Amino acid sequence: MSETTVSAPVSPGRAKFLRFLVRDAGVLLALVLITLFFSATAPYFASSGNALKIFVQIAINTVLAAGMTFVILTGGIDLSVGSVLALCTVVGATVMIDESLSPAVAITLALLACMATGAVCGFLNGWISTRWKIPSFIVTLGMLNMASGAARVVSDNSTITGLPQSFVDFGNLIIGDFLPSIFLVAVLVIAAGWFVLRFTVFGRMIFAVGTNDEAVRLSGHNPDFYKVAAFTISGLTAGIAAMVYLLRLNIGSPIAGVGYELNAIAAVIIGGTSLSGGKGSIIGTLVGACILQVLSTGLQLLGVGDNFKPIVIGLVIVLAVILDAYRERLLRKIR
Amino acid sequence: MNDAILSLEGVGKIFPGAVALSDVSLSIARGETHIILGENGAGKSTLIKLLAGIYQPDSGRIAFNGQSYQPKTPHDAQQSGIRIVHQELNLLPYLSIAENLMLESLPRRAFGIVDRKALNSRAVALLTEVGLDIDPRTRVEALGVAQMQLVEIAKALSYDSKLLVLDEPTATLTPPEIERLFSIIKRLKAKGVTIIYISHRLHEVFEIGDRVTVLRNGRLVATRDLRGLTVPDLVRMMIGRDIADEYGFDASIVPGKVALSVANLKRDAATPDISFAVRHGEILGVAGLVGSGRTEAMRVLFGADPKLDGVVEIDGKPVAIAAPKDAVRHGLSLLTEDRKGQGLLLDMPVDKNITITDLSKVSHNGLLNRRAEAAAANDLVGQLRIKASSIEQAVRNLSGGNQQKVVLAKWLFRGTSTLILDEPTRGVDIGARREIYQLLWMVAAQQKGIIMVSSDLPELMGMCHRIIVFSKNRIVGEVPRSDFDQERILSLAYQEYVRP
Repeated sequence: MSETTVSAPVSPGRAKFLRFLVRDAGVLLALVLITLFFSATAPYFASSGNALKIFVQIAINTVLAAGMTFVILTGGIDLSVGSVLALCTVVGATVMIDESLSPAVAITLALLACMATGAVCGFLNGWISTRWKIPSFIVTLGMLNMASGAARVVSDNSTITGLPQSFVDFGNLIIGDFLPSIFLVAVLVIAAGWFVLRFTVFGRMIFAVGTNDEAVRLSGHNPDFYKVAAFTISGLTAGIAAMVYLLRLNIGSPIAGVGYELNAIAAVIIGGTSLSGGKGSIIGTLVGACILQVLSTGLQLLGVGDNFKPIVIGLVIVLAVILDAYRERLLRKIR
Repeated sequence: MNDAILSLEGVGKIFPGAVALSDVSLSIARGETHIILGENGAGKSTLIKLLAGIYQPDSGRIAFNGQSYQPKTPHDAQQSGIRIVHQELNLLPYLSIAENLMLESLPRRAFGIVDRKALNSRAVALLTEVGLDIDPRTRVEALGVAQMQLVEIAKALSYDSKLLVLDEPTATLTPPEIERLFSIIKRLKAKGVTIIYISHRLHEVFEIGDRVTVLRNGRLVATRDLRGLTVPDLVRMMIGRDIADEYGFDASIVPGKVALSVANLKRDAATPDISFAVRHGEILGVAGLVGSGRTEAMRVLFGADPKLDGVVEIDGKPVAIAAPKDAVRHGLSLLTEDRKGQGLLLDMPVDKNITITDLSKVSHNGLLNRRAEAAAANDLVGQLRIKASSIEQAVRNLSGGNQQKVVLAKWLFRGTSTLILDEPTRGVDIGARREIYQLLWMVAAQQKGIIMVSSDLPELMGMCHRIIVFSKNRIVGEVPRSDFDQERILSLAYQEYVRP
């Protein structure tokens, strides 16, 4: 097709900069603008106390969304992370309140138990959907229910309290008056994901599988391996997010995490990752999670009622996807 | 021409950064079959999209039937009586053939209920016209590409079109199917329909065309009567220079020992088993009609589809191939017939497409070495003369020929011992085609085996040491180069279909 064989008259260096601007900096710019808007209009928004609150509030969603980014990059979706988180909180809390263990050992075992539980759920999601070629939408919808039920069984339908004091203290810790410990955890998870996606062979394969899994298969790879791995990572981050949940709320609850999967997906999509796979960035996901929370907090401080808040946030999600389509068109012109 | 059905005057189209068409003036006579030739990027597609109402011209005027013609949408074009069969098929896979044929005006009974009886009987009539003997209730997804192409043409016939534009209709067809298409075209012409016909295959245009227009780099080179012209004349007009021998058969390459042999390969209980072998340094041609089992055999051999039975030997040693990764590990490479759907990561850049076959070469302990990757990619881009603005350009934005070179590059990067090519030059223009042929000779000179599946018989006869012929899933014959003969190969390809 003649119109595509010609490249636009943009120098390579400038093209690179423009690409960065359109693809990566767009969401960041949106975050800055929204923050500036609320700082100017909403009372108390531009205070250090409020900033801290936002950091605390986005931690769980950021960790979930980090794993979700892997799944969406391969072209899948994981609806189960909310209830897997619930299951992990009750498993982790049960281990942690075991009085025969010293607090340090109990906390370590709880962390491992959370991560293992989440990873197993994620692995099952990936394995079932690739082995029987079932859309991940359906399989993870099933897992959503199963994990939720399992959480009730494990907890005997009750809330688990009485976590070790040292654990609770760490959850409330604010490093250097500005960095909540749980936000640090979230940032570390994002950093690890960024490194894997950007610098490793595994990360490259995640993008390639999402772009065209059949071409990857015919190039001599097993795309299912990477899909299963992405779901396992998503389960793993749900386990880590469960630990963050325990740090923040100090209870293990079978009804925790309801609707969390939708927030995680929203963060990934607002962050510019394409639902059809192959395109996106985990830094974008972090920014997307920030945008969601800044909006939520900002609207609240502006006095927008709880009824109208979801309407605005819903509109923003749709807007993000529309902008994504335009972004693609712009990118094609630059390339 | 006094009685022009369509006339273009100084038509131009500019895209950001490039002139796609410039000052094209052309007049199509009523009732003629007008051939349009040009390499990829010459402006043919743009011209068609202007006629189809997909693009609007930036300059110049178009008149159709004596009136100014300014379609804003494809629907406008259809309303005016211009019907276009695009190169990319536009059928709905989950609907039946009949529904696809009459989608725009389904016959109805009261209350808007579809009149199935009328629908199917009209569909049968249309299918008969293009020589397709298939139940019109069949879902389109069950058809082969060639059959879909014929359905697409039947769809165009279902409207009373005054001007029919066919964009590379024979790209996916085999010789007998092409014959049938040509007889349809001749019949339409006798009915007074004007036809614009675009093709890459120069040999065939003489049979149906009255006049030819050649485009090069968005400009019109010439419009001539086809009578008196030869293929070399057309080539010269298209590329602006002579091409002596397209294929460049390299007689200095002597095939050595058997590189790959396949014995009693069977894909399921219903299909016959096949056996063949290719030598080091040999180009083995695989001929046959579309749907004769050529592609399927290659896919089973490569592990892309499951196999029931059979032994594959590489350099005399049996190897187990259960999935493409096994085939690749044993040095096989497959260039698929569907390069966009199965060969390339379209939205990823050139370098990442090339290194995907073996990332261990550009990584250490699982960490990518981007500098080594760029160096390797640049190396192959230079060696294969891939035209891209940089290795960071998305392969989607490359021309067909350059995309195909990227697929070749990715296998050369891996290092292959036997290369299986399925329709390697489909949709590739003459210039790039010739470069691909040269590249294959370079590969053969390194004593690698090449298996080449192609529907372009002159191409197989120009390139191959030996040709095996498929007919209805069976290998019915093997022809050595000394005995190459178009008719003989064709009659072999037909053999199993004409048996009582």
